[in-house]
Amino acid sequence: MRVNFTVNGRPQEADDVWEGESLLYVLRERLGLPGSKNACEQGECGSCTVRLDGVPVCSCLVAAGQVEGREVVTVEGLADYARQRAEGGCATGAPGTSLDAAKDWRAKGTDSRTGEGAELSTVQQAFIDAGAVQCGFCTPGLLVAADEMLEHHPDPSDADIREALSGNLCRCTGYEKIMDAVRLAAARQSEGV
Amino acid sequence: MPATGAPTKITQGSPAKGGIGESTLRPDGTLKVTGEFAYSSDMWHEDMLWGQILRSTVAHAEIVSIDTSEALATAGVYAILTYDDLPTEVKNYGLEIQDTPVLAHGKVRHHGEPVAIVAADHPETARRAAAKIKVDYRELPVITDEASATAPDAILVHEGRDDHHSGHVPHPNIVHRQPIVRGDVAAARERADVIVTGEYTFGMQDQAFLGPESGLAVPEEDGGVHLYVATQWLHSDLRQIAPVLGLPEDKVRMTLSGVGGAFGGREDLSMQIHACLLALRTGKPVKIVYNRFESFFGHVHRHPAKLYYEHGATRDGKLTHLKCRIVLDGGAYASASPAVVGNASSLSVGPYVVDDVDIEAVALYTNNPPCGAMRGFGAVQACFAYEAQMDKLAKKLGMDPVKFRQLNAMEQGTLMPTGQPVDSPAPVAELLRRVTAMPLPPERQWESSEGADVRQLPGGLSNTTHGEGVVRGVGYAVGIKNVGFSEGFDDYSTAKVRVEVAGGEAVATVHTAMAEVGQGGVTVHAQIARTELGVAQVTIHPADTQVGSAGSTSASRQTYVTGGAVKNACELVREKVLEIGRRKFGSYHPAWATAELLLEGGKVVTDGGEVLGDLADVLEGESVEIEAEWRHRPTEAFDLRTGQGNGHVQYSFAAHRAVVEVDTELGLVKVIELACAQDVGKALNPLSVVGQIQGGTTQGLGVAVMEEIIVDPKTAKVRNPSFTDYLIPTILDTPTIPVDVLELADDHAPYGLRGIGEAPTLSSTPAVLAAIRDATGLELNRTPVRPEHLTGTA
Repeated sequence: MRVNFTVNGRPQEADDVWEGESLLYVLRERLGLPGSKNACEQGECGSCTVRLDGVPVCSCLVAAGQVEGREVVTVEGLADYARQRAEGGCATGAPGTSLDAAKDWRAKGTDSRTGEGAELSTVQQAFIDAGAVQCGFCTPGLLVAADEMLEHHPDPSDADIREALSGNLCRCTGYEKIMDAVRLAAARQSEGV
Repeated sequence: MPATGAPTKITQGSPAKGGIGESTLRPDGTLKVTGEFAYSSDMWHEDMLWGQILRSTVAHAEIVSIDTSEALATAGVYAILTYDDLPTEVKNYGLEIQDTPVLAHGKVRHHGEPVAIVAADHPETARRAAAKIKVDYRELPVITDEASATAPDAILVHEGRDDHHSGHVPHPNIVHRQPIVRGDVAAARERADVIVTGEYTFGMQDQAFLGPESGLAVPEEDGGVHLYVATQWLHSDLRQIAPVLGLPEDKVRMTLSGVGGAFGGREDLSMQIHACLLALRTGKPVKIVYNRFESFFGHVHRHPAKLYYEHGATRDGKLTHLKCRIVLDGGAYASASPAVVGNASSLSVGPYVVDDVDIEAVALYTNNPPCGAMRGFGAVQACFAYEAQMDKLAKKLGMDPVKFRQLNAMEQGTLMPTGQPVDSPAPVAELLRRVTAMPLPPERQWESSEGADVRQLPGGLSNTTHGEGVVRGVGYAVGIKNVGFSEGFDDYSTAKVRVEVAGGEAVATVHTAMAEVGQGGVTVHAQIARTELGVAQVTIHPADTQVGSAGSTSASRQTYVTGGAVKNACELVREKVLEIGRRKFGSYHPAWATAELLLEGGKVVTDGGEVLGDLADVLEGESVEIEAEWRHRPTEAFDLRTGQGNGHVQYSFAAHRAVVEVDTELGLVKVIELACAQDVGKALNPLSVVGQIQGGTTQGLGVAVMEEIIVDPKTAKVRNPSFTDYLIPTILDTPTIPVDVLELADDHAPYGLRGIGEAPTLSSTPAVLAAIRDATGLELNRTPVRPEHLTGTA
């Protein structure tokens, strides 16, 4: 089957999709967006978290056909998404992207080899600065989940953060630096940094 | 066309000095937060096929027949291979003992053993085709424990063993046995005023790294293959892969892909040979990615263990002797079992002074899942037992458990049970003091003006209590872990370092085969190069087999050994650079010949601080590149009868204090805080050091209260191969983890550093158990603790 949907503001068309394929598979294997991760493929780990019409979901549990005509934001589009939100483009839900903007869209930073110079969202930068990234396999899902929480809850308590991220497993960090990162992102966001 | 996701060099400039001791940020951090970092499961190639492994559905059986005809006829299937298709006489692999079949031959020895492999144009096609392969099994009785393994009529898991341990083991179903005998236990026992015994059980833990086993094998025009894979040791993989493929090692090129965690679970091969076989057979690139279910079958686990301990102590609290026996279940294949036995036995006393010991550790061959390396490697199981014993002794003597430990704590100069002196700082008493000195978290934190915040209580949002039946407990533990490969292993690393001028600036490139699995080795290598070469910009070359071995990313060894190799190569490069400088400029300034010269801030300076010139001017179009091996001090094998020998090179110590709250009615535990103090020798990157300690601590928490692979004792089948049923700590299960880092230099090690990754995994578990015992008064001789153990309904 053919699936048409919007990913990170850009219209996408996936052909020859087998009906049993997940959104995660289509993103990773058909659209060249492997940022969403495949740690469990059973909805337990949160590493594949994306936003579907603004709502965080495990993309491994979404059948590809279900996203027909809908808007998906992945970690590759998180910086753009956050920037548009900050500019007041769209505070919640999917960002409206003009056709011209969509044509210019690119996921990569200025240096594709290193990512140096990439424009990062507040929460992405905070994860780096706080040491919340080790192997990094949980990171994309955590970033999407944390960004969504901060969108709705700019000044979360520790208990709020833990509750919001309880669907995202991390095996490396013991979560302490992830807590630090989200606290840091909240503080920087409130300062408008 | 190159494979998509092939790693490229990562260059990181540093505005500050960015040398050792600073919390420099990860060079791969930006790629990891943007989703662009290419993990092994992200690899993609035009025209690639997907590989799928058919695994045994039973634990122990003869294979009567395999029929692949229907599966082969499936549209989209390119190849199906079984044992009969293996191209050479080498059909087994293994880390130390080559006892593991690439594909089962005539027999399967554990649930989930690979039987056949399929390549197809879509992963689902491959899965469905694999399901159509008909395997006729004739089931055999299963060996699941020591009694069934060593019974007089026991079936041998491996017949006709001729490995180097087979001559000294008491039974062919014992992989390896290591006794350690020192002093006179019988006489020492006479001096004991109190004796405590215990029988402890340690459950089977899974590494549960998040990045599944995966990789891409690309056939090459010269008949070879290029494998992009996530592993812990490229060269060890290569040694095992090439003979099975019938290729010389230089025709099997390996490049490290992004690794989503490891924790020991990637020491053994998983899909490497299978992907290469399918790629060579079909002439197409083949990608294999396990899903989580398969991952539970696709790698070895931490050895479950039974530990039998007897300690004695005098009335004034001095340990008199230790008798212990540690039985590790190695499962169907040897993996790292022999080395785990060496660790379990030599570290079974813990960080204490006990002169009279009688120790035995064995690993069994059974039909349970194969067990091997996991963070802590044999020391974890022992620590759980000896720390339980310390609390029992303290209680029996009416002493404070921390003071009792401090009274018996080892120090620099203490002899290990192997007779080896501990020749660097061993601040065991001090770490206990530090962890005890940290302020305790306030009581009843769940109380608020709006009533109980159930998120702070055992049971959490299940809303099972508002504080009724909730009891607090506090427990302590301390442990000792060896660093580096032990027992006479030639444990070396190789580093290639180059300096050259680029854009008018001297820059360095560091090339090693070190597996970066998340620990931050790449961060540290750049820091070392900056410190030693005085350059700001360092490029980390992708890890591959085009450079010498960097050994394994395990045994807490990489910063020590490959870090040591990078330091060594940098020093050699520096000497060469200074030689060039002397040749070019020596006649202009006498300091070139007379002073001690350093490289700092891109300049050559004297130790007095005088600048002699720019490094860029010295190099002027030349580059200096040196590849060199580096070794830590040699170790010795343990004597097979007495266990005596200088088997270890360094030790790492951590202590924990756990604070738990237990809902005694429902048996639910909430760990409130897990404080750690650890000696790291020298923190090369303090941010990463703390991250390692917190991560290791949390894995220890997991096996204290939730993590266990359940194997049916009747069928030896795994019952919970998923994250639905095998629980690892979430952010709600994990408490705050305050860390106190002590830096007492080990003069034998580069910069005085200590390997740090594993020690925090040891003492975390027994500290949590001690805290639960303190809260409940229960004995609790097994881990993990489940609700039924606390409510008396087990």
